[in-house]
Amino acid sequence: MIVESLAGKRVAVTGATGFLGTALVERLLRCVPDCTVVPVIRPSRRASAEQRARREIVRNDCFDRLRSEWGDRFDGQIDRRLDVIAGDVGVDGLALDAAGRAALAACDVVVHSAATVSFDAALDAAVEVNLLGPSRVASVLEETATEGAGSAGDPYLVSVSTAYVAGRRPGEAPERPLADTPFSIEVDWRAEVGAARRVRADADAASRSPEQLAKFMRAARRDLGAAGTHLLSERSEKMREEWVRNRLVEAGRARAQSLGWPDAYAYTKALGERALLDQHPDLALTIVRPSIIESALAEPAPGWIRGFRMAEPIIISYARGLLREFPGLPEGVIDVIPVDLVVAAVIAAAADRPQPGDPRILQVASGMRNPLSYGRLVDLAQEWFSANPLYDEKGQPIVVPEWSFPGRGRVTRQLQRSERALALVERVLTTLPVRGRQAQLSGTVEQKRSLAERALSYVTLYGAYTETEARFAVGELIAAYGRLDERDKAAFCFDPAVVDWDHYVTAIHLPSVVAHARVRTTPGGRSVASRAERAKRALLSPSRQLAAFDLENTLIAANVVDSYAWLATRRLPRDDQVRLALRMFRQAPGLLALDKRDRGDFLRHFYRRYDGAPAELVRADAWEMYAQLLALKSFPAGLRRVREHRALGHRTILITGALDFVVAPLRPLFDEIVSARLEERDGYFTGGLVDSPPTGEARALLLASYAQAEGLDLTESIAYADSASDLPLLEAVGFPVAVNPEAKLATIARKRGWHVEIWQKAPGGPRPLLPTAQTLFGRRSAETRVAARSAITGNAAHDSTGTDPSR
Amino acid sequence: MSPRPGFVLDVDRSTPPTLFWHGEGFRLEKLPEGSRVVYPPEPHTAIPDPRHAIRQALHHPLGDALPLPEQLRPGMRLTIAFDDVSLPLPPMRRPDVRQLVIEEVLEMAATAGVDDVVLVAALALHRRMTDDELRHALGERVFDAFAPHGLLLQHDAEDPTGVVHLGVTDTGEDVEINKRAAESDLVVYVNINLVAMDGGHKSVATGLASYRSIRHHHNVATMRASRSFMDQHHSELHSSNWRMGRHIAKSGVKIFQIETTLNTDTFPNQFRFLQRREWEWSLKDRASYAAVSRATAAAPERMTRSIFHSIRSPHAMSSVQAGEVEAVHAATTRNVYAQQLVEVDGQTDILTLGLPYICPYNVDSIMNPILVACLGLGYFFNMYRGKPLVREGGVLIMSHPTPWSFHPVHHPSYVDFFEEVLAETTDPVEIEARFEKSYATDPWYVHLYRTSYAYHGVHPFYMWYWCAHALEHLGSVIVVGGNRSAVRRLGFKPASTMADALEMAEDVVGPSPTLTHLHSPPLAMADVR
Repeated sequence: MIVESLAGKRVAVTGATGFLGTALVERLLRCVPDCTVVPVIRPSRRASAEQRARREIVRNDCFDRLRSEWGDRFDGQIDRRLDVIAGDVGVDGLALDAAGRAALAACDVVVHSAATVSFDAALDAAVEVNLLGPSRVASVLEETATEGAGSAGDPYLVSVSTAYVAGRRPGEAPERPLADTPFSIEVDWRAEVGAARRVRADADAASRSPEQLAKFMRAARRDLGAAGTHLLSERSEKMREEWVRNRLVEAGRARAQSLGWPDAYAYTKALGERALLDQHPDLALTIVRPSIIESALAEPAPGWIRGFRMAEPIIISYARGLLREFPGLPEGVIDVIPVDLVVAAVIAAAADRPQPGDPRILQVASGMRNPLSYGRLVDLAQEWFSANPLYDEKGQPIVVPEWSFPGRGRVTRQLQRSERALALVERVLTTLPVRGRQAQLSGTVEQKRSLAERALSYVTLYGAYTETEARFAVGELIAAYGRLDERDKAAFCFDPAVVDWDHYVTAIHLPSVVAHARVRTTPGGRSVASRAERAKRALLSPSRQLAAFDLENTLIAANVVDSYAWLATRRLPRDDQVRLALRMFRQAPGLLALDKRDRGDFLRHFYRRYDGAPAELVRADAWEMYAQLLALKSFPAGLRRVREHRALGHRTILITGALDFVVAPLRPLFDEIVSARLEERDGYFTGGLVDSPPTGEARALLLASYAQAEGLDLTESIAYADSASDLPLLEAVGFPVAVNPEAKLATIARKRGWHVEIWQKAPGGPRPLLPTAQTLFGRRSAETRVAARSAITGNAAHDSTGTDPSR
Repeated sequence: MSPRPGFVLDVDRSTPPTLFWHGEGFRLEKLPEGSRVVYPPEPHTAIPDPRHAIRQALHHPLGDALPLPEQLRPGMRLTIAFDDVSLPLPPMRRPDVRQLVIEEVLEMAATAGVDDVVLVAALALHRRMTDDELRHALGERVFDAFAPHGLLLQHDAEDPTGVVHLGVTDTGEDVEINKRAAESDLVVYVNINLVAMDGGHKSVATGLASYRSIRHHHNVATMRASRSFMDQHHSELHSSNWRMGRHIAKSGVKIFQIETTLNTDTFPNQFRFLQRREWEWSLKDRASYAAVSRATAAAPERMTRSIFHSIRSPHAMSSVQAGEVEAVHAATTRNVYAQQLVEVDGQTDILTLGLPYICPYNVDSIMNPILVACLGLGYFFNMYRGKPLVREGGVLIMSHPTPWSFHPVHHPSYVDFFEEVLAETTDPVEIEARFEKSYATDPWYVHLYRTSYAYHGVHPFYMWYWCAHALEHLGSVIVVGGNRSAVRRLGFKPASTMADALEMAEDVVGPSPTLTHLHSPPLAMADVR
């Protein structure tokens, strides 16, 4: 009956790239041999509608069964029976061109399943798609029918909604238009549309106030440190957009809940039904209201699922032991329905057109006919994950927590508390001057916080669903099922009673979710090491071209202050050395603060101390400093890496704010050294710099111009650096590596999946307590002492090299 | 009273526990009954007036050499080369023997009116000496007279303008040595002969040579053919050096060799117990043993290391001879053997060793795992004449903490050797074939050797070649109390106690094995019959 009634028909499908849409297109092609399917797809920036159809629908594993059944005929059949048109339900008139409009008009049935299904959608986006979408589709159908242009006769719309339009009130929700039910509240949907658009405009305006912009700037600086203007503005603009979105999400949830819906999704869907019925009372219309759609029971294959949907992230978080608690009533019903049952109901509805002006509503839900209790679901999941545990990164099985079904308020409060505490710890950690393994800790805390944040969002988003006490009536659905002949009942079963929940949960759904989640399901602790190995292999591939290195804390655990202190004290007796060291310790906090604000300013300020130092003497001493200070503080693994790159024929470049004579002993390691240079007059340093020191964005520019001059490809290049102020450099290359990252960079690297290296000083090596030189004066005569005294300390005058003015 | 000779003790029930060096610390081990302990002779008497003895030696040279004063004349180029910081061990108290000898030589040169004098530290491929180390070896007066004028040099084997190729030996070995030395009218070489391997033609042919030259005898084949390298007449290492030395002489380079030997009075008073036989320990010895081992156990690694490395040894000159290289060295070797040789009857299944905190290559530095291997399997294993103390297929058990520690300035190529080479293979032949060249010619290591204080890039390979004879000979090597992962990286087996080590050894050599312990300090060399 179904097959015959749809034979030779054209069936349009919106939302065909979605979970339900894909299954629907596949089922129509496979089980209704003579129909043509017309997916209406929004072209994206990168792909046309046709390309998206190929990529996102036909290549999905949903089509595996069809591909093997059709064999060689597959491509031909798809070409013949799939007639893709470009359109967008978010725009009036669906943004169709003339051909598209004609192609849609020529359809006998239109199934509208496009929706913003995300439960935390921004209010305005949900309104445009979910609220206005169905009416827009209906308008186009009625217009083209009136125009009569190539129309297939009276249009028929099957609109997919959700059972949760009933809101949160307990009791039986009937299969009737909302206005006719006790579940209805009189809301003017037009006013809601206007208000949603206004909220967007207001939030946007508010985000642009000077105070707010300053806040974004501050937050960006807190995240990135002195990363340079470009990156900071990029980050703060992103934060602004995020802020506006969050305001809209919040506004959506608040408005929905104020009217008795769990979230903006159900609220906009409900108003969408109303708008549709208000504006198109005479259209032939079926509204299908599924409950929570989950993986397929049998068609096209048991367990088929697309995308990570509502329950899946919760299940996986639970299996990984992250979600210690989840609210809900153990005896309450969790209304889940396998996707293939919904698809069958939609196809049956498409084949059975109601009279125009007499809209039919079908609820596809299991709660009344074949209920699955929330407690049972949790028991099944616990049993199954105990037998089939996930494994942590060390390869140890994870024990799933036991849920005690507390109230939502308690879980929320608990999660909020831990989230706040973690956020505080994270903020403290990122401000501490730690790096390397300690800094990784802040990455871990950040990870924990984002997990807590996510757990909290699950609870706020989905908690309402586990607590819903509404029962969705399915009388119409069962009646429709009863009208089918035996063949259709077998081919297009949508009776929720067929589901054996124990079997469905343990044999179909959970295995499928785990298979899709990319989680560890086998023991053994190798994969982490092998990931680092793979990353290292990628860095040391012969096709890389250039490796750029930062110096301080990337190759050597010393900074410009250390090297100054060493050079300044080399020719001082021990007591003066200690005095100078103490003076520098006193100044350290101020210097550190300046360094944090702007590295270039800090260097300019600090290098002034070299004013009056005899250039040749300092240059000569710098060689000794390498052996006595820098080499002791060097990271052998880092120096080895430089040499590995050279051995592979990669160019190596050192970009550092350190002074040229300090890094001169490293010369043989690099093809090019870019460093700061002191101005020199008559053999003495003036304390000024020859040109501005290579810091922040300047490093990225220097690297880019070097690469261009040498004909090297930056996407084939590697950069090693340790701090967030090196972000421009790291972002400039194809292979960024965070070395002993400070907390901010550690967080960024973890988020972006950058390779992290922890390089340490030679194990067991000597660790000088003070960065002061071994004094030359241990056993020396008084006159050499006078001659060399105080070559470059503080305000040393030029005459200090000859005689000692203070003695 | 003349010093007592060395002897072999048979362990019985009444024997007190035996002292083992254990890096910067000690272990007392109760050896199984029937084990043998080889004790070296007691320290020989010091020469009462060393300056007088030196003058005597310079005036009455051995072999066909003329007395030194007769070889000195105005206008000549004189180069005085001297052994570097690797000798003696531990560094001796001031004045160092080199200072005494060099002061006498300079005195004679001044008297003769020689004004072109240069001092050269014979580094070979070792690290440069620091100013402090040079001051210590040469004394303030010599240092201050030469260093500020650029007349105190350190041999630079990688200076292309600083070495000269003198041709090849009959067997095709390149002879390339320090240019200043080669072009001098006279080279005076000042040596300290701590063990029998040192000195002779090796002083110049190795100490002043380049990698191009040294590689001919510092390789696996030569080391495996040196049985042992402490016994010049059965050592291919020495044969090669002797060929080169004779070639150098034939090329017209005149060498006046001054060799000194030291007695084995190695440790100052607070460590006196180290040099005594355990059953003769006085109450004071016991107390200082307890104090030292408690202190070293409690103090952090870096602190104990710096305490031990600040030890200046009281060893005194026991002989000095000068003149023609080979004649001098024959006399020197006799003196070294007299001090160190102990007759031992037959080989053993298991040889045990306690390894100290110091070897020739970590003075003022860190004993990294590669040096531990070299000290045990290179130096101590080869302290034999005739046959190795341990039978072929036997087990060597050595005690050392073997920390995974490296000195980043002195041993940069060691760090990489340990991480890159030993992680792949411990087979000396494979290592030599696959890795030596890239390390030896690496511009970064060359740069560090020349400008910093780093051992040459190839040096860790030589340490491993030094072990090649032992690695081929032994059935297994067990390290007691070492860092387990470092020991495994070396290809050895870690054991936490001596008892465990003995159990493990029995798996290799069979039940009821014989055991011999080579007691040190002081240094002892077994004459195995």
